Amino acid sequence: MLKSVLDYLEQSEERFPGKAAVVDILGCDTYRELADKARRVGTFLVGKKLESNAVVAVLMDKKRDAFAAFWGTTYAGGIYAPMDCHAPINRLSLIFQVLKPAYIITDAEHREKASELVGPDRIILLEEALKTLPDVGCLQEIQRGRIDTDPLYIICTSGSTGVPKGVVISHRAVIDFTEEASEAMDFSEKEAFANQAPFYFDASVPDLYCTIRNGATLHIIPAEWFSFPIRVLEYIREHEINAIFWVPSALIVTANLRALREVDVTCLRKIMFCGEVMPVKQYNMWKKYVPDARYVNYYGPSETTYASTYYVIDREFQKEEALPIGRAAVNTGVLILDEEDKLCQPGEVGELCIRGSGVALGYYNNPEKTAEAFVQNPLSPCYRDIMYRTGDLVCENELGEIMYVGRKDFQIKHMGYRIELGEIENALSSCDGVERVCCVYRENKIVLFYEGTVEEQNLRKRAEESLPEYMLPQIYVFMKSMPMNANGKIDRVYLKTAPVAVV
Amino acid sequence: MERITGVLDEIMNGQEYVDCDDFLEAGLLDSMDVMDLVEKLEEEFDIEISGRDIIPEKFKNVESIVKLIESYVGEL
Repeated sequence: MLKSVLDYLEQSEERFPGKAAVVDILGCDTYRELADKARRVGTFLVGKKLESNAVVAVLMDKKRDAFAAFWGTTYAGGIYAPMDCHAPINRLSLIFQVLKPAYIITDAEHREKASELVGPDRIILLEEALKTLPDVGCLQEIQRGRIDTDPLYIICTSGSTGVPKGVVISHRAVIDFTEEASEAMDFSEKEAFANQAPFYFDASVPDLYCTIRNGATLHIIPAEWFSFPIRVLEYIREHEINAIFWVPSALIVTANLRALREVDVTCLRKIMFCGEVMPVKQYNMWKKYVPDARYVNYYGPSETTYASTYYVIDREFQKEEALPIGRAAVNTGVLILDEEDKLCQPGEVGELCIRGSGVALGYYNNPEKTAEAFVQNPLSPCYRDIMYRTGDLVCENELGEIMYVGRKDFQIKHMGYRIELGEIENALSSCDGVERVCCVYRENKIVLFYEGTVEEQNLRKRAEESLPEYMLPQIYVFMKSMPMNANGKIDRVYLKTAPVAVV
Repeated sequence: MERITGVLDEIMNGQEYVDCDDFLEAGLLDSMDVMDLVEKLEEEFDIEISGRDIIPEKFKNVESIVKLIESYVGEL
């Protein structure tokens, strides 16, 4: 019975011991090597008396060794929590106040940063841990006591109040996602993935687990390479990468910097994306240069383990259209509920709520926030049935596909009308010369921040062409570049208070 | 030269870059900045920079960017 992701690792180790599991620019670990390193780290942590389900923070850049730290923590029965090494120390301290990790696993490069967070007795250098001889019997004993609802990892997301939230994800949730994705996307040992997302970000979850489950190979691409994507594409071509799970931003930059024109990456067969809206303009550029790949638009918050719905793109889209987010993944339940918690009819906009094994165990050490977002399904009052309220507004189109409309929190009432700021953004982001737009509501005015070479008058014209009068932005603010928050999304909180003359 | 530093001033947003030998290594340019920079340079000099030229070596520092632009418009 499949109850732990360690079963994935051990099965692949048995089937493909000498095959490359994970490759970075410094070298490669085969399945046997990866499993051996993981057991060494696991044995070391057991020696350190790591308690069951204790948190182990991993402070490292993305590289092969991070895998050894994650899998080693898992062997020892702990919960791994990947950290952003580049985050300011204040933010890391806030996270540590919430997670209270038993140990930090780090490397020589980040040892000093680690020592600003915890005392020396709680810092583990990975290279030290790797010197431990694996005690297989002891690790097996630990695994015997574990169940699939035990936590596997914690991913931190920003909270609206400024205190980060740690999303706790179980083995069962990851297995649920990985099994479904592997079947739906026909993954096998032939897959060669190129990782883009940092490991502290939920977008890397398929890279980690779809790779190991299928005996495939993961190539870790350094983050800084994405500033000049030609190099990334050359790597893809040289290493015959055939599958990627990237965030739309990375696909957008690659398209806009004309890298696709220069390097033939038709070796890519499966191109999957998730995390934000993928604009049709850049999708069409990819489609032009890599026409035969399968493109999949995934949707889902970290709270439901990478993704809950997806759409395999099966028709052509014009740039002013939006890509659907598709239908619920197998074994995932989605409900679209109106303000009275009644099911929406097709075409009606409501909040997307998600049920199923992929739903997180909650926010670590934060019962209040957990209770707000993970709630009883109002449609089944007679037994425990937890759903996650995404705060995302969606509706079903005439084909039965779910369309993303915007965030619930960005719904405003303006001159008596109910307006989704996301709708204004969608209307204007397809305008020629627009890189990004963000709409906020300040002092009873709709303010549009925009980035790109577009002239304000053209934007106004487009707005007038596509929106009712009450939805027209009153103030247009050109931004050299949009402010981003720690999660790499547009910082709306900042834009709501940025010093702009709102008259 | 001033036209290039004018563009860079905008992108760098107050970061000290003039004496920097390697923008990328110093963490001064992320992927969004590169996207902006290419666009602004193209606008300023009315050129289209080939994808082949959008590589780290050509955007290393002020000098290399000047050289890159000169390869399109002649000596500045």
